[in-house]
Parts: sequence; C-alpha cells; structure tokens
Amino acid sequence: MGNDDRVKLAHGSGGALMHELIENLIVPRLANPILESLDDSAELPDLGGHKLEGGRVAFTTDSYVVQPLFFPGGDIGKLAVAGTVNDLSMKGATPLYLTLGLIIEEGLKLSVLEEIIDSIAEAAEAAGVSIAAGDTKVVEHGAVGGIVINTAGIGVIPDGVSISAVRAQEGDVVILSGTMGDHETAILVAREELRLDEVIESDCACLNGLVETVLRACPDVHVLRDPTRGGLGTTLNEIVSKSGLGITIREADIPVAGKVRAVCSILGYDPIYMANEGKVIVVVARDAADAVLEAMRSHPLGLEATAIGTVGGKPGVYLRTEVGGLRPIVMLEGVQLPRIC
Amino acid sequence: MTGPVMEVELFRSESAAGALLRRIERLLKRAGATADEPVALMEVCGTHTVAISRFGLRSLLPDSLRLLSGPGCPVCVTPLIEIDRSIAAAETPGTIVATFGDMMRVPGSRSSLESARTDGADIRIVYSPMDSLQIARGNPGHEVVFLGVGFETTSPTIAATVLAAEREGLGNFSILPFFKTVPAALDMLAAIPDRPLDGFICPGHVSVIIGAEAYESVARNRNMPCVVVGFEPLDILSGIEALLEQVADIRTGEGDARVEVRYKRAVTSVGNVAAQELLRKVFEPCDAEWRGIGVIPGSGHDLSERYSDFHARERLSLDVVKPVEQPGCICGEIMLGRRLPTDCPLFGEACTPRRPVGPCMVSTEGSCAAFYKYERNAA
Repeated sequence: MGNDDRVKLAHGSGGALMHELIENLIVPRLANPILESLDDSAELPDLGGHKLEGGRVAFTTDSYVVQPLFFPGGDIGKLAVAGTVNDLSMKGATPLYLTLGLIIEEGLKLSVLEEIIDSIAEAAEAAGVSIAAGDTKVVEHGAVGGIVINTAGIGVIPDGVSISAVRAQEGDVVILSGTMGDHETAILVAREELRLDEVIESDCACLNGLVETVLRACPDVHVLRDPTRGGLGTTLNEIVSKSGLGITIREADIPVAGKVRAVCSILGYDPIYMANEGKVIVVVARDAADAVLEAMRSHPLGLEATAIGTVGGKPGVYLRTEVGGLRPIVMLEGVQLPRIC
Repeated sequence: MTGPVMEVELFRSESAAGALLRRIERLLKRAGATADEPVALMEVCGTHTVAISRFGLRSLLPDSLRLLSGPGCPVCVTPLIEIDRSIAAAETPGTIVATFGDMMRVPGSRSSLESARTDGADIRIVYSPMDSLQIARGNPGHEVVFLGVGFETTSPTIAATVLAAEREGLGNFSILPFFKTVPAALDMLAAIPDRPLDGFICPGHVSVIIGAEAYESVARNRNMPCVVVGFEPLDILSGIEALLEQVADIRTGEGDARVEVRYKRAVTSVGNVAAQELLRKVFEPCDAEWRGIGVIPGSGHDLSERYSDFHARERLSLDVVKPVEQPGCICGEIMLGRRLPTDCPLFGEACTPRRPVGPCMVSTEGSCAAFYKYERNAA
C-alpha cells in the first residue's frame, strides 16, 4: 500500500482486499495472540486472573451499516442482534449479553427508531440474550444513512467444545444448513428496487439454537462458520487457509432458491459469493455426519441441511460443477459488480 | 422449487453432457484433430467465456480442441482514452456520471472511475439506463452523463433511453457512446491471414437482437462455421458439436461453412426487429477502436445527426491526452485468438483483477479475469 492509497468500498466486501487491510494494516499494530487468531469471536484465556468454574469466555463485536434499513425478512435491528449472536455461536459459545451502540443521524424519524429498537428487543428475547449496556450518539444529517449500529457480545463456550478452522481434518464432511445467497439478494433487490413478481426474503436469523442442536448431536464439531460477507466461496477459503487442507464441494448439492438463482444469473452474480445472515457451515468427522445432518434437519433453521463436500485432496477450494467439470473457488477479489453485455 | 430452476437444470444434466462429449470426441477424430494440431473455436462473447470457465468445461473437453476467447466483453474493448474521458466527465464540477457496474474498476491511464469516486466524484451505478433519467430528473442543476458501453444487446435500451429523454424534454441528460457491433469484428477476425480459427461460437444474447442471418456473410464469404449458442453447459457443448460437424465436413470436403442456430428457444433468423429499428433511429454505424486490437471499420455505433445533442461532448469539455498502453500485455493477441491468457508473462503476477494491466483482466467477463477466477489453479 502506498501513502496515497485510500480506503475503497471494496475494502469492506469481505474478500481478498479486506483481508489484506486487516492483516497488513490493523492487526500488526494491535498485535496480541488473542486477536491474531482472527476467528468470528475471540476466546479469552482468563478475566484478569479470574477463571470461570466451567467453560471459557467468548467475546466479539460487529457493526451494521445495511441499506435499506428495513428489508424483506429483517431490518438493521434484527441483523445487529443476529450477527453478533452468530459470531459467538460460531465458537460454540452460548451467547449471554450484548452491548448496543447506536449512531443515529439527525432527522431520523422517532417512529423508525422505535421500530428498530422493538426489533432488537424481539430478536434478543428469541435468542435468549440481554442487552446489558448501550450508548447513543447523534451525527449530522447525511453522515451515516439513517442509523449505524454496533453490538458487542459475550458468551460462554462449554467445556469439551473446541471449534476452530485449524481443526478441519482430512476426510471430514462439509455440511451446509440451507440455501445460499438469500440475504444479499434480498438486500440488492430492495436497495435497487428491482421489480420482481416474487419477494425474496433475507435469511437473517440467530443461529444459537441450531448450533446448540448440532453440539448436542456431536460435541466434537471441528469447524463452524457462518458464510456472511463474501459468501460460501470466501468462507471456505478462510477455512482452508488456516488448516492448509483442501475442500471439494459439489455444485449440484449446494441449495440455492430458484428466485435467488434467477436474480443472480440475470446480474451475472455467483450465489457462492453472496452473503448470508442465517446459515452455518459445519465441518465434522465422517462418522458423525449423519447424526449432525439429522439433528440439523429437525431444527426450523436447518430443514434443508445438506452435505456438500469433503475435506481433503489438493490444498485450496474446488467445485465439482453440475456437468461434472472441476474448477477452483478463489477468494472474491472485491465487490461483485453487475455485468454488461 | 419454482419453474425457472427446473428449466435451467434441464440444461445442466451430467449424463446428457457425457453423451455430447462422446460425440465431440468422435467428431474431433473425424476432423483429424490432435493435441498438437487442435481444432480452435472462438467464443466471441464474454458471457460464454465465463460460462465455459464457471462450469469447468475445459476440464471435460479433449485436448484436441482449443477454446479461444474473442473480443466479446464490451468493457474490455473500450479504449483507454474513453475511460480517461469518462473520468474527465466525472471530475467536471456539476456532473453526475451514471454507469453499469463493471466499468467502475477499469483502469484508465492514471485512475479508474472507482478511484475517482473515492476522491469525491459523483458516480452512480445503475442497473438500467432508464435509471439515469431518474437521476437527471432528481438533479436538475446537474448534467447526468450515462456511459454508453455495450454490444447490440445493450445499445437498444440506451437508444430507448435517449428517445425517452427527448420525449420528456430532459435537457440535462447525455451519453458518452462507445458502442460496438459484433458482425464487423467477426469478419475482421475471420479475414486474418493464416487464421488460427476454425469456427465461431456466436453470441446468444447479441443474436437475439441482430438475428442469425447477421452472420451469413462471414460464414459464406470467409467459409467460417458460425453457430449461435446459448449459455448453459449443454447449450455450449451442443454448439461445439454443431461447429465440429461443420469443421469435419469442410476438412473432408463434404460441405461448406454455414450459419446454424443451437439456441432456438431465444434466437430467430431475423432477430428483434423493433430493437433494430430503435438502433437505426438513434444511432449510425461508425468506425470504432477496440482496445488491444485497433480500429475496425463499421464496428461501432455513434449518435446519429438527429440525436447528436445528446452526445456528452456537446455539453462538456472532454479533451484528454492520448494515453499509451502498458508494454508487455498480450491482450490484443488473446482477443485475436492467437494466444491464451496463461501465455502472458504478466498474467496472475503483474496483472490481476485487482490491479489489471490489460483490457482482458478488467471486467468479470474478460477472458483473463475468467481464467484468473476459475482456471488459475485448475487441477
């Protein structure tokens, strides 16, 4: 990076450019072993000398900047709860408390704010977490597009649960909890006001219940990741980059809703790189896969759970296409842009 | 599942693909093709390039067949000077530039639209050219310039936008036209001496508009097999099969090149007459520069005399210095079918989608970008 380089929107896309920014500019300046693991949430070794009687503390934070603020299937409030609950869940932690930071733009209607806070309350109650502390700031009109929300979350990882990308092993099965691309496609359609006959709903949801179900069926789950920004393609690349292994998935087994597939194919987008907000990738040992699949399918958020591939082979992520071809899946470079013909 | 999914899946059957691949193999033998002297087919359209890579078709096809990517990505063939001009328009105070998304990252000689936007220029991505009229209505004090990039698939919608602006009397809307047309480019490619090509996989979307008969003169006068092909994997394999039948016939003296349509669910012989009428009304043919290739006579569309008021150059001063292409890039050779992206010393090293050097790396539908994304580490 040169001195004149600036932050671009693509730096926030979740792809290779963002990883470069985090790993080259941010992390080295804040260096410590907890941060450097760069998992969805940090696992705290102790609390200033105090230890829990059982389990370990998981801690995370995330900011939410979605436009439009309300979209089919959710809103920025629900997203702010689900995103942080899910980051904790991806370590196998039981989420307990969230903080809520609101940066509100001058001029936002109080009725809109009310609706967002109600949505936060509803999502928190459903997930079994409490909003334990908060902060409110107001900024000039036009500064943040209505409202920006930050939530931090804390939870407890039960004893016997150890989940991390480095635990993926040769022969493991890769399971996906449901359809890919719903959230980003829903946002795109809502933001661009694309006129479709059918409504596409975001999959925005708290995954702690589903994760609990998975851990009951198999406490020794190796990896859990939610394919948010950058989608399945980017998240699988993050897993292999930490484990040094290969993953091959089968395109025909990856669930994609028909209307999502249709919108993506019109715009030239690949559902594999579209963000999700209520889906989880589970990597487990082969002999546990059937039990995990069965457990997931018994949960409302895992009805379409499918084994999509296996860990092993040449390092990197590969896709066996529907017609039987093989192609590598690389990390997304920047934002996906609609094509021209 | 809903209807469209079922339909798409019909064109992705692994067993049907297997049957086509066996026929393709037999036809390659009949044509006398070997790994050292392969039959070379060119897919002219960027969407084909992406589909071939995305479905991993190269990994399924025998090495006695070579698929080459032509100049079929309109973003890629937009000359550097036009990118510089677009940036100059965006940097003019009081101007809003509206563009399709994949123009954003294309590097001009010193910056890109994306960087210009980071520096504060008002550049907006639109999904339909009609959306730029909405921007013009909402910003009466600004000049809204739409970047007119595209082949015959896209240009009719932009022609319709110009007509709508005229009807509405919108005085603050104009376009910067860099339109390209396909048949003249195919003719130029087919006429290259010792041509490296045995047939064209003709673009499906463009053909919906211009009709299959637009390729008759290339097929007949240049004895070049032309098959119009759709974008699903079975469409593409079926198109390759049809082309190889012609190549084998030509090589064994049993037939001549002709135009065939293997995308009959969308393409007719005459095409979309209403869209052609729009093109004739608003545009006129012009010579056009194709980045990496040069000027091809009669291969562009400019605004006709009647609509020349809508040309952005009538409203803004867009004089820019003629830029120089970076040395080492072989995009021109790639688009002419002489080389593959992986033959380029810059590929994947000095030239990546994030920091592209040549035109074929800039758009998602460019051949180098498709190779980089889908085939760089192919097993």
